[in-house]
Amino acid sequence: MSEVSVAKDAGSPEPRTDTLVSLESVNKHFGALHVLQDIDLTVARGEVVVVIGPSGSGKSTLCRTVNRLETIDSGHITVDGKPLPQEGKELAKLRSDVGMVFQSFNLFAHKTVLENVTLGQIKVRRTDKQAAEEKARALLDRVGVGSQADKYPAQLSGGQQQRVAIARALAMDPKVMLFDEPTSALDPEMINEVLEVMQQLARDGMTMVVVTHEMGFARSAANRVVFMADGRIVEEAAPDQFFSNPRSDRAKDFLSKILHH
Amino acid sequence: MNVLLDNLDLFREGFVGTVSLTAGSAALAVVLGLIIAGFRVSPVPPLRLFGTVWVTLLRNTPLTLLFLVAFFVVPQVLFPGIDSYLLAVVALGMYTSSYIAEALRSGINTVPLGQAEAARSIGMTFTQTLRIVVLPQATRTALPPLSSFLIALTKNSAIAGAFNNVDLFNIQKVLSNEGYNILVIFIWITIGYLIVTFSISALFRTLERRLEVAR
Repeated sequence: MSEVSVAKDAGSPEPRTDTLVSLESVNKHFGALHVLQDIDLTVARGEVVVVIGPSGSGKSTLCRTVNRLETIDSGHITVDGKPLPQEGKELAKLRSDVGMVFQSFNLFAHKTVLENVTLGQIKVRRTDKQAAEEKARALLDRVGVGSQADKYPAQLSGGQQQRVAIARALAMDPKVMLFDEPTSALDPEMINEVLEVMQQLARDGMTMVVVTHEMGFARSAANRVVFMADGRIVEEAAPDQFFSNPRSDRAKDFLSKILHH
Repeated sequence: MNVLLDNLDLFREGFVGTVSLTAGSAALAVVLGLIIAGFRVSPVPPLRLFGTVWVTLLRNTPLTLLFLVAFFVVPQVLFPGIDSYLLAVVALGMYTSSYIAEALRSGINTVPLGQAEAARSIGMTFTQTLRIVVLPQATRTALPPLSSFLIALTKNSAIAGAFNNVDLFNIQKVLSNEGYNILVIFIWITIGYLIVTFSISALFRTLERRLEVAR
């Protein structure tokens, strides 16, 4: 269970051979804006990579390229050894193995909480309804919203909605989970309930790519911190090393702004 | 004042004609409208083009012209001896489908992009995303214009009455020729149309209420 924390205690992000996600010289433009510039990144199985950086640095875009919600202009992305396919059935299949949690939750507004978590299992995995519901209820209990199963998303608080969104992604048994600023739209008192669920996931050995502004989470749960600025990966390091002794000036500047309040 | 009672059978025939023309072409229009709306938001460029051409062509053609083509060109060139009810339903259905497609597309545009992204990211295909996640939410917004278009369709079906179909408009001609007071005929015909259009309004009010509860 604690493979991850053991690796973390070792203190160094030693490259592992078992690569799950890899990006190679990825470039993307939004019009004139070069939003991703020669991005190289590998995520090993079981690893928790936290991507931080100032707004507009491209970290959300980076996260969204991994399941091809954003297309790229050049470069290669592979997930579990397979290159990302073109839009179509193959891509849909790959996406079902990549869990995604959004900043704005994006729960299906016309479905109950329970249906949100069963929908993918039934329609994509072709699980039968009863098994899907059992699994959904177990997952909802696990993220602490089991009692809300029959409500509609709009009736839940932001923190509850985001935990349902995590359960919805987990219901597909993803190989990797992508978190795109999962706590940025939450009221302060709800951030922790979501982070705790994510901490637990990390402890359970889930492979995670987390874009966040929560430095506490980065410190405690990450195996590796990736610092991005202006479309580039400026620095990659173990969290202890990054937060106590950042190498680049850009990271020092960023940390000085966010840590002294 | 006994235009109605003297000709009850004729009125019934006309009313049933209007209802079945409206129902048949509404069903066709909704099915085609759904497909075309799907085409218009599809990631496949040829399908998008087809949808755009369909809407542009049918929405900008006068309905009467469409009927002239349907009744004088289609039987000559394609299907000799085809039933006039079928021709009218196809003409009305295709015409109305262009409006319904656009109403649905406006509904689709009101559904936040995140809904589709979430559906795609759990592995749904484009069709599943549209059918299971986007359209059910889009329909709610599209209901008011949809009911308008179906009411317009009811009234447009009168054109079919001029093209060899028995409906309320058609029997009005018959009764006029028989010498009844035209004002009285019109009142009864109008009441016939109002029954159909009010029923459509009521149906959509119910639908709107039901979809409102569902969130």
